Amino acid sequence: MSLNEIYNWGRSNSVWPLQFGLACCAIEMIASTMARYDMARFGSEVFRPSPRQADLMIVSGTVTKKMVPQIVRLYNQMAEPKYVIAMGACAISGGPFKQGYNVLKGIDRYIPVDIHLPGCPPKPEALIHALMSLQKMIADQPLTGEGRPRHLKPEGASEFPIPHQGEQDLEPPCNPHIWRPPAIPRPVTA
Amino acid sequence: MAIGMGVVPLGLAWLWARFFSPRKPGPEKSSNYECGLASEGDPGGQQNVQYYLYAIVFLVFDVESVFLIPFAAAFTGLPIGAVLAMAVFLLLLAEGLVWAWLKGILTWH
Repeated sequence: MSLNEIYNWGRSNSVWPLQFGLACCAIEMIASTMARYDMARFGSEVFRPSPRQADLMIVSGTVTKKMVPQIVRLYNQMAEPKYVIAMGACAISGGPFKQGYNVLKGIDRYIPVDIHLPGCPPKPEALIHALMSLQKMIADQPLTGEGRPRHLKPEGASEFPIPHQGEQDLEPPCNPHIWRPPAIPRPVTA
Repeated sequence: MAIGMGVVPLGLAWLWARFFSPRKPGPEKSSNYECGLASEGDPGGQQNVQYYLYAIVFLVFDVESVFLIPFAAAFTGLPIGAVLAMAVFLLLLAEGLVWAWLKGILTWH
């Protein structure tokens, strides 16, 4: 067993989420920490009230544009290596509120998301599955070479730019280094 | 040996951190934590003096009762020194009560 495996075994079994709920998904997140679903079995019951002590951000619910700067700032303040679960349809894409002028169409426009967890809202079992997938991901993460975490790469960003409220929309509307609008292939008509 | 047991794990943790958690500070990352909002204003602001009075009266009534109950329970078996020490303590707190009473803190506004 290598040092890397011991290190990953330790940190994948003590993922501490940030205590941070946005909408209805947060209720399911709370339920998954309670006795019936008991997320403590996976070492993740310690929801930290400060980003300095957390290494997982569960974006649980609709992200309004007013909330985006706060989320990105909290993500920046978390200690590396840090991970993000986008929980529910809203955090992934805006979900049922996608057409709303004030709803962000997916948090992956501003911060790198590791696990996308669909559902509206996802059941606690689904959140636990997402957490287990994240644990597998952490356990397989090498510390050297190409696949190493971002904070170990010299060119890796330590902060993600925080958008501000512009005249019409958030500025910039996305972080082009991690997300670009999908290009729609259209047949060329002559 | 005992010093080694303390120093070696610390040294290993330091070495590990040196290679596998490089420092990358930034203005946002190092800023004060304030629930995601930008920090605003001076944290050393003035507080209302009422909080000070409240703290004194809390000490007189609440902390006194915490000490009085074990004092009363063990009263018959106490040596004279303990009774004297407790009397001095009670006198100090009673003095605080008299002070608060004379200042008119106990009257409800």
